[in-house]
Amino acid sequence: MNFVWAFLVGGGICIIGQLLLDVAKLTPAHVMSSFVVAGAVLDVFDLYDNLIEFAGAGATVPITSFGHSLLHGAMEQADEHGFIGIAIGIFELTSAGIASAILFGFIVAIIFKPKG
Amino acid sequence: MSDQRIDENNFEKISKTYQPKPNYVLNCFKAFVVGGLICVLGELLSEMYIHWFNFSDEEAGNPTVATLILLSSLATGFGVYDKLGQFAGAGSAVPVTGFANSVTSAALEYKSEGYVLGVATNLFKLAGSVIVFGVVSAYVLGMIRYIWSLIF
Repeated sequence: MNFVWAFLVGGGICIIGQLLLDVAKLTPAHVMSSFVVAGAVLDVFDLYDNLIEFAGAGATVPITSFGHSLLHGAMEQADEHGFIGIAIGIFELTSAGIASAILFGFIVAIIFKPKG
Repeated sequence: MSDQRIDENNFEKISKTYQPKPNYVLNCFKAFVVGGLICVLGELLSEMYIHWFNFSDEEAGNPTVATLILLSSLATGFGVYDKLGQFAGAGSAVPVTGFANSVTSAALEYKSEGYVLGVATNLFKLAGSVIVFGVVSAYVLGMIRYIWSLIF
């Protein structure tokens, strides 16, 4: 059942993205940026946590979870260290994603030749 | 149509009639299926990390995202992901694999300009906006939420 909800919720988020591309005529970069901001906004009211509990990877794989994790890490450290904690914790939960994107992106660029 | 004068004022209006109209339903269906399948793959990976590598439910997100990014970077290198992107639109751009694809494709595109000024400098050319808007919004919202928790 986990897989069904992951498919439906993840696919549903992509439909919203596709509508923003086709109907609102936004570029992919605009869509991705808006989704990150939307994820952070939804985390303010703990809505995104409920969605993750419900849909698993259907909510953690779309880029909206990036904004959610940024705010989540920031708030965890803010509880301990106050205002400076926001800066300490902001990349705490997303560092795996950013570090691997940099590492693998660089390695692939060294090994492969550009296509087209 | 041909006798209509084209000037600055009506250029946008006229050019719009020549743009192909996207097939909204079909595009949404493709995005739904491909985006959903990528999330199912993510769910599969995270269940694997929970059962075989003893990650907790919350911690399993990190290796899952890292694995998806590795797969997507490789697919970009082989030129497969860009073909998928043409087919699926937002279905391949919205998942975290689209973020990795934009990093890798920018790096590959500028490879001819060298590793320092080409690859490393342009790595975040497309993905940078995601990080900038993410951090700025999370910072502002974090401040608001923290001040809120101090007052109440």
